[in-house]
Amino acid sequence: MPGAQRNLVSESGDFSTHLREQVRAAIDAAAPLAIRGGASKRFLGRALQASELDTRPHRGIVHYDPTELVLTARSGTPLAEVEMALIEHGQMLAFEPPHFGAEATFGGMVAAGVSGPRRPWTGSVRDFVLGCRLIDGEARHMRFGGEVMKNVAGYDVARLMAGSFGCLGLLTEISMKVLPVAPCRRTLRLDIDAGEALRLLAQWANRPLPITGACHDGRALYVRLEGGSGSVEASAARIGGTAAEDAFWLALREQQLPFFGGSSPLWRISLPPATPRIDLPGEVLIDWGGAQRWLRSGADAATIRRMAGEAGGHATLWRGDHAEPFHPLTAPAWTLHRRLKAQLDPARVFNPGRMYADL
Amino acid sequence: MNLLYDERLDGALPEIDKHALLTSLRRLLPKVSILHSDEDLRPYECDGLSAYRTVPLLVVLPESAEQIETLLRYCYEQRVPVVARGAGTGLSGGALPLAKGILLSLARLNRILEVNPEACMARVQPGVRNLAISDAASPYGLYYAPDPSSQIACSIGGNVAENAGGVHCLKYGLTVHNVLSVDIVTIEGERLTLGGQALDSPGFDLLALFVGSEGLLGVVVEVTVKLLPRAEAALVLLASFKDVRDAGRAVGAIIGAGVIPGGLEMMDNLSIRAAEDFIHAGYPVDAAAILLCELDGAPADVDADCERVRAVMVRCGATELRVARDENERRQFWAGRKAAFPAVGRISPDYYCMDGTIPKRALPTVLERIDALSREYGLRVANVFHAGDGNLHPLILFDANQPGELDRAEQLGGKILELCVAVGGSITGEHGVGREKINQMCVQFREDELTMFRAIKMAFDERGLLNPGKNIPTLARCAEFGAMHVHQGQLPHPELERF
Repeated sequence: MPGAQRNLVSESGDFSTHLREQVRAAIDAAAPLAIRGGASKRFLGRALQASELDTRPHRGIVHYDPTELVLTARSGTPLAEVEMALIEHGQMLAFEPPHFGAEATFGGMVAAGVSGPRRPWTGSVRDFVLGCRLIDGEARHMRFGGEVMKNVAGYDVARLMAGSFGCLGLLTEISMKVLPVAPCRRTLRLDIDAGEALRLLAQWANRPLPITGACHDGRALYVRLEGGSGSVEASAARIGGTAAEDAFWLALREQQLPFFGGSSPLWRISLPPATPRIDLPGEVLIDWGGAQRWLRSGADAATIRRMAGEAGGHATLWRGDHAEPFHPLTAPAWTLHRRLKAQLDPARVFNPGRMYADL
Repeated sequence: MNLLYDERLDGALPEIDKHALLTSLRRLLPKVSILHSDEDLRPYECDGLSAYRTVPLLVVLPESAEQIETLLRYCYEQRVPVVARGAGTGLSGGALPLAKGILLSLARLNRILEVNPEACMARVQPGVRNLAISDAASPYGLYYAPDPSSQIACSIGGNVAENAGGVHCLKYGLTVHNVLSVDIVTIEGERLTLGGQALDSPGFDLLALFVGSEGLLGVVVEVTVKLLPRAEAALVLLASFKDVRDAGRAVGAIIGAGVIPGGLEMMDNLSIRAAEDFIHAGYPVDAAAILLCELDGAPADVDADCERVRAVMVRCGATELRVARDENERRQFWAGRKAAFPAVGRISPDYYCMDGTIPKRALPTVLERIDALSREYGLRVANVFHAGDGNLHPLILFDANQPGELDRAEQLGGKILELCVAVGGSITGEHGVGREKINQMCVQFREDELTMFRAIKMAFDERGLLNPGKNIPTLARCAEFGAMHVHQGQLPHPELERF
């Protein structure tokens, strides 16, 4: 009853009492919930047959002080609203989260744990999580971590939630570290092939260059430099190439480049950064300076996963049809996953089967 | 107050026949050193929190991960508690042994297995010292970023267990941000990798959960760390203020101006004078507070940032500003800060180091409150502070030979930690809970949250054999101690810099 829910939104946007009631009811009825924000990342992972719990009424920035480098917002807050508040103060979510739709929420961003082009140089979603509030498998509303940079009291539950696809609890509020936008930015284009690009990227990796983006789209290598004007200009001269549009990075982040437009299955291959060119069966776009490779391929999942695994990485079926889109876990890791799920969500109400069939 | 393991409050431990255990382990692990005589066990009776000591039942010193798998599988079957220990430099008693348990020393797993400059990573065994990693990476212009003050001695395995920090966390992160993967052995003797060589791995982020879990979830047997290229230039500014509140505001203003310093440290007048007497770093002894601001990066950016920071400092009321002219002066500016703890040790018979974190905006209030508490309890407090990331290290000065002073120091310490929690901070920023702050966990967390922590523990170690009594208090303990006081933490390893 999304309509009815909206009527209950308090002026402050604190909808947590109602969220708790929904979780309580689901536990009592042993009826699983499909947690949703903007549904912009619904295509990721496995589809769910469960009644929806909509986080969007629970919204609003709870606290933001630019000098603290911390922003706290409710999980249903539109990601765009958060980014707008940050940019007013010259700050950003440094991991450059993809939206994949105007409705994307702050909570969905954390639950999906997907980071954008800047990730290898500044860190991932979970690296910036400082604290959270969540409703657990017994409908208790709790707080972990906080709004401080350093906090080693107890287990790091807040970071565990990042990328857990809502399978371990319902996030209601998240505190993230934010960073200032760099004063200067340049995008360069080098017309070289992928093998040469990877060779250069490996060379640059251990030099103190202000690189914050490196992508080979199949035709050319795009490099983004961010920092003070002195270092950006000096590095641009050293790297060479021609000036290109900064808009490239937004199109890459949102997967709007022509590469992402086809209809064949899209795979995300996560690899050790210095992995040279591997002969994947299809078209490849290299991002994250080599650590993330997108593959359009109709090859069978087992082959792709074997190749990714042999190179020290893993493969996710990003868009396509497969019973298990995420890379299979090792037996001991699977044991820990199942036990964690059983401990934290004993009634199996939170997105059961969203990541793996039996999780 | 005694912080030693208390079965009534921390849970009953199995009775173990030492002789039978020794015989079995010798048969099971014929090549492994096992210490059992009182004289051999004594050096392991405490870690960096030397006020609390317990002689372990046995000390086992394996040399391979396979031996650890065998040992833990046996301990699981026979229900023998295990406390893992790295270099033993921890300040919160995380490696305090159990009289009814094995102390598992990882000191002999001390090899650097691989330094890969292309992939910017190093694969090391857990007993490798933090600084040894940076030394090994140095020929390639790389280093390992987290730099806890004990980095010359502390081990990377211990850093993972504690999520160790240092003075450069604001810009370069904690251990959790700089570790790519950790191989662990579970209490059931199962080896697995958390994280991986790629930048992420499938499933839940068990690596993030494991880092900082203080030896309660598994034993670290191998670590892959990220290496960073050394910054080309670094510069330090020293700013003096006649009011600590001005210094506190300057911290926020620097960050508000879009500058992320490599390090941003604050010292109050008492620490300044103590450090100056000791090190002669050239600190202004009349200043109410100083800020040390390190800027690093490309030379042109460092110069530009320096101008911005200068302007902010002046606007915030800095009475004097100095920039280290050369590497020598830079080291000298830092030397005073790094020697602040021993310097305070020279002006007081005893001191007690706290480790709270607060939001930076609360700094002026917290400093005023600490000052008021200091007068109320009749004990001096010197404040040194990782200002950039809100990590406060108040040093409470006392004389244990004066009747009642230790008690008062503990009470004052407790009040300071409660104050940190009250303003939205934490009881520990980088030293860990261990045994030292086990009671303060009852202040920081509610019963529900502690229950969730225990559920996580159950998923990894259902029998509660790994480091029992640390990090997460039982509800029985919280019921008895509720809002508790803090206890004395003496600072051992006087040869190490502490900051």
